[in-house]
Amino acid sequence: MTEPTIGEQHADDDLAVQISGLHKAFGAKTVLSGVDLEIRRGEFFALLGPSGTGKTTLLRILAGLEVPDAGTVLAARRRTTVYQEPRLIPARKVLANVTLGLPAAARDPGRRALAEVGLDGYGGAWPATLSGGEAQRVALARALVRDPEVLLLDEPFAALDALTRLQMQELVAELCERHRPAVVLVTHDVDEAVRLADRVAVLREGTLAVDQTIDLPHPRDRNSPSFVDHRRLFLSHLGVVPAASH
Amino acid sequence: MLSAGVRIGVPLLLLIAWWYGSSSGRIPPDVLAAPSSVLGALRELIATGQLTDYLLASAHRAGLGVLVGAGIGLLLGVAAGISALGEELVDPTMQMMRAVPFLALVPLFISWFGVGETFKIVLIAVSAAIPMYTYTYLGVRNVDRKVVEAARGFGLRGHRLALGVIIPSALPNILMAMRICLSVSLTGLIAAEQIGATEGIGYLVTLAQQYFRIDYMVLCILIYAGLGLIFDGAIRLVERLAMPWRRHVVAR
Repeated sequence: MTEPTIGEQHADDDLAVQISGLHKAFGAKTVLSGVDLEIRRGEFFALLGPSGTGKTTLLRILAGLEVPDAGTVLAARRRTTVYQEPRLIPARKVLANVTLGLPAAARDPGRRALAEVGLDGYGGAWPATLSGGEAQRVALARALVRDPEVLLLDEPFAALDALTRLQMQELVAELCERHRPAVVLVTHDVDEAVRLADRVAVLREGTLAVDQTIDLPHPRDRNSPSFVDHRRLFLSHLGVVPAASH
Repeated sequence: MLSAGVRIGVPLLLLIAWWYGSSSGRIPPDVLAAPSSVLGALRELIATGQLTDYLLASAHRAGLGVLVGAGIGLLLGVAAGISALGEELVDPTMQMMRAVPFLALVPLFISWFGVGETFKIVLIAVSAAIPMYTYTYLGVRNVDRKVVEAARGFGLRGHRLALGVIIPSALPNILMAMRICLSVSLTGLIAAEQIGATEGIGYLVTLAQQYFRIDYMVLCILIYAGLGLIFDGAIRLVERLAMPWRRHVVAR
């Protein structure tokens, strides 16, 4: 296999992410075998797949946390991740967590980012005092303050209760609409993907099995016929055959 | 308030039993000196100024020894906890050292350093370094790897990662290590001050033994108990001040 190429996408390029021929194996288990993927700037891309199919690996390669075995990865320079867990430092106050690794001048943008996620005035609170949803919103503010060109979302709603999840999805949709980063959302929730994304792909056996643009106006009604059609398509690609609707 | 009452209840009961047993003659004075004679011994020591001198001499030795030993243990523990190389370099040796009772080192240290101050401070330092290393290493190993990974992703490296993320998260363990260090250092102090010392609370134990002064023996035990209380309170205070985020933790 040829050595992987990892590089930066040009700032004036229309694409935020350009991946070709991506391979990655852990020991004998191949998780990515020749993935090709291009994501435009400002595009909300959702990646579906059953657990253990390598969708998180793909995201971690984009985040620079894993190195591929082969292939080309070009991505815009400012990339930031929101994980399934908030991953806040318990020993630092909320604002310090938001501006982690940034110069002191980032404190005001940090406060603004907190206000944007609905946590105005929470800067001085300790992470341990927050609810799960609040902590995840802090993680979102921590990503936002970095003004990402590519926002990587690794199942960020999976650990939240149903009601909080809906509110968070709403918030993420609203923030992405306003800031227009390219988004890669990794999820196993078909409805979540169809509700939020401009484009949805299914990762199966190491390659993208389907890559479909969702051309529905926002906010999307999950009972509308086209939503149901999309859901059925992705579920069948995931190996789940939904019951026939009436 | 109730908790404070319960806390001092048992020691208070023991004290009353001791007082009553001695004054009623049920406890013979050659088994346990009466509270009054122990108080007398305390007054005597205060009046001659020896208590202050002894406490200061011991505090100086223990302070220096713990500072050096706990400092080295902390550094090695963090190094072994953070990096794989550090772990391979440091951990096997420290685990071997842990198996050696530090009192077994006394003869060797005397032949190296004589019976002077150096010997005493080195002995206390070694006794303090081992628990400090062990618990710091464990604490650093148990820091949430996912949080560290995220912090790395946000650009924290090297000392900023260690001081800003890893050490604060390992702080509960580090303070527990400090608590153990302080109590072990008292043992080290007695061992060190039994040899070649003319002052110190360890020397006081030796004196009491030599002259068979039960009142002094009991006084020494009470002094150690008091020091234990003070150390415990000090660490509790440090815990409150150094880990303000823990005060707000609510059970969910």
